[in-house]
Amino acid sequence: MNRAVHAVRRHAVMAVGVLVLLYLFLPVAVVVAFSFNDAAGRFNFSWQGFTLDAWRHPCRVPGMCESVSTSLQVGAIATVAATILGTLLAFALARHQFRGRASTSLLVFLPMATPEVVMGASLLTLFVNVGVATGFATIVIAHILFTVSFVVVTVKARLAGFDSRLEEAAMDLYADEWQTFRRITLPLAAPGILSGALLAFALSFDDFIITNFNSGTTITFPMFVWGAAQRGVPPEVNVVGAAMFILALGCVGGAEVWRRVRAARR
Amino acid sequence: MPERAGQQHGPRDLRLVGLRKAFGSAVAVDDLSLTIPAGSFFALLGPSGCGKTTTLRMVAGLEIPTAGQVLLGDEDITRRRPYERPVNTVFQSYALFPHLSVEENVAFGLRRRGRKDVKGVVAEMLALVELAGFGRRRPGQLSGGQQQRVAVARALINEPEVLLLDEPLGALDLKLRRQMQLELKRIQTSVGSTFVHVTHDQEEAMTMADTIAVMNAGLVEQLGSPRELYERPASRYVANFLGQSNCLDGSVVATQGDETLVEVHGVRLLVPGRLGPPGSPASLGVRPEKARALPWDAALPADSAVRDPALRNAIPGTVTDVSFTGLSTQYVVRTAWGEDLGVFSQNAGGEAPVLRGDTVVVAWRPEHTFPLAPASVVAEEAAEQPLPRPAVPPTMAPLGS
Repeated sequence: MNRAVHAVRRHAVMAVGVLVLLYLFLPVAVVVAFSFNDAAGRFNFSWQGFTLDAWRHPCRVPGMCESVSTSLQVGAIATVAATILGTLLAFALARHQFRGRASTSLLVFLPMATPEVVMGASLLTLFVNVGVATGFATIVIAHILFTVSFVVVTVKARLAGFDSRLEEAAMDLYADEWQTFRRITLPLAAPGILSGALLAFALSFDDFIITNFNSGTTITFPMFVWGAAQRGVPPEVNVVGAAMFILALGCVGGAEVWRRVRAARR
Repeated sequence: MPERAGQQHGPRDLRLVGLRKAFGSAVAVDDLSLTIPAGSFFALLGPSGCGKTTTLRMVAGLEIPTAGQVLLGDEDITRRRPYERPVNTVFQSYALFPHLSVEENVAFGLRRRGRKDVKGVVAEMLALVELAGFGRRRPGQLSGGQQQRVAVARALINEPEVLLLDEPLGALDLKLRRQMQLELKRIQTSVGSTFVHVTHDQEEAMTMADTIAVMNAGLVEQLGSPRELYERPASRYVANFLGQSNCLDGSVVATQGDETLVEVHGVRLLVPGRLGPPGSPASLGVRPEKARALPWDAALPADSAVRDPALRNAIPGTVTDVSFTGLSTQYVVRTAWGEDLGVFSQNAGGEAPVLRGDTVVVAWRPEHTFPLAPASVVAEEAAEQPLPRPAVPPTMAPLGS
């Protein structure tokens, strides 16, 4: 009796777990599956048959690959800039006492809390008022602006658990300030910085609302998809989506394999 | 051990001159002057907050003194950066680098000074601390005792003139702590560096150190060998921080040669040394294990002029508590004026057992009496240790910990 109850309980947990995972991954599975769809008409909403056409010639859809390239460029620049700025900010907030530290900490949260529509619209107002033509540059500026906060929060969380005695120990062991930073502080903060950077890139690559306000004539990938949706989304969009997903999966899997290999070697 | 690289001079004493450190209005170390002889094992002993760790950090360069100097021989290193001093530290929490292997942790100091061929030396060092074969592990994969040894190896490999140990054994269990105490002492003897050990554990300090400085509220209360400090504590604070003591207050009756007769609540006790003119206040102490509790009829009448020197100092009282610990029996004797005295009696056999409620005489030899400086307010507070502690043999009592 007791054993039966136990078994049911264990399997119930398992079943719920599987359902939640399904819920999370079903949309992704659909995206991947429909990238192989032999879509007949304008819409890629019903299964017509298997084909590798979209994967073979993803760039045959006019403007799509250009928009992907734009998004990658914006993402790269915004990520690098936001990561550097955000990391510096996080170090300042986590390590130093200065006037206005508490209010800075609070203000950093503001861009995350502001609705994107509000931020996008007000940024456009600002750009128009100071006479900056919207385009690639304004997209990058906007993306740095709203991703910095996420980097700050992630890196700060990592630094909060940082034992400053490690730095003292390094200095005690003949490492000067720069060596201490390079050998101890940076490597230990790196996981936080890396996840901050990944988050910034994902947010930038994905952003539609703020970008839409400040893009001028430049078209990023989310904007292309939005535009295409008016006329019918081609399977090639799914190819890009699936490719991004597989790339991310590959990164995570690769990191895990690398970690295991290193652990096994010891 | 490899040759002492980077040391062009003979062994140098570590000297602290008028060292003072204030954090805002809080004074952590107050005008501290000490000379720590080269090659010695020196302990700074005191309760937490007495300034011992701050002193250590000033020697390491992690804290800049408000005033005073840190000297190595005649060289002033007060304001040198931590990485510019021939001083290494074993931190309280070890502070091992979690992202580096044990080997790289140990090699860290050598590499920072540009040494390339570190493999052999590191292996040698790991063997010294009995961690050969653990080099490729991460600190997180080691036990507390192993981590502690890595921390020691990481500091020692640099052959510092002075090795600072900041309560390095605090996190270990009792058995391992014993083992590491002996180990550290062995390493110190074989390496010959000056070791400065900060601890609040009186027994640890006594086991390892050649010289102990007992610190209290930013000042050194007393400095000396473990035996000196134990046998001749100068203050009530030291008397109770190192082991336990019965402390009594009275006034001087007369000076007899090199001894002083002190009256405590009507009982006249002989104390070695001169304690001032008749009538001046005087304090004295005796260790519980130096005193005996004798049945009333076994002792001579208290006012007899000729008596056994072992019974010369005698205070009558009533036994209020008896606890048998195996190694010894511990008595609490209440005097006529209500003060409790502790007596530890070795279980050597022969002496008649004393029972609770018995009227006894607490007796000891005059030469086992130590004069005490009048108690200061701060010392009074810190010395509030209940006496005696039953069930713990005297040498193991973790006082002040």
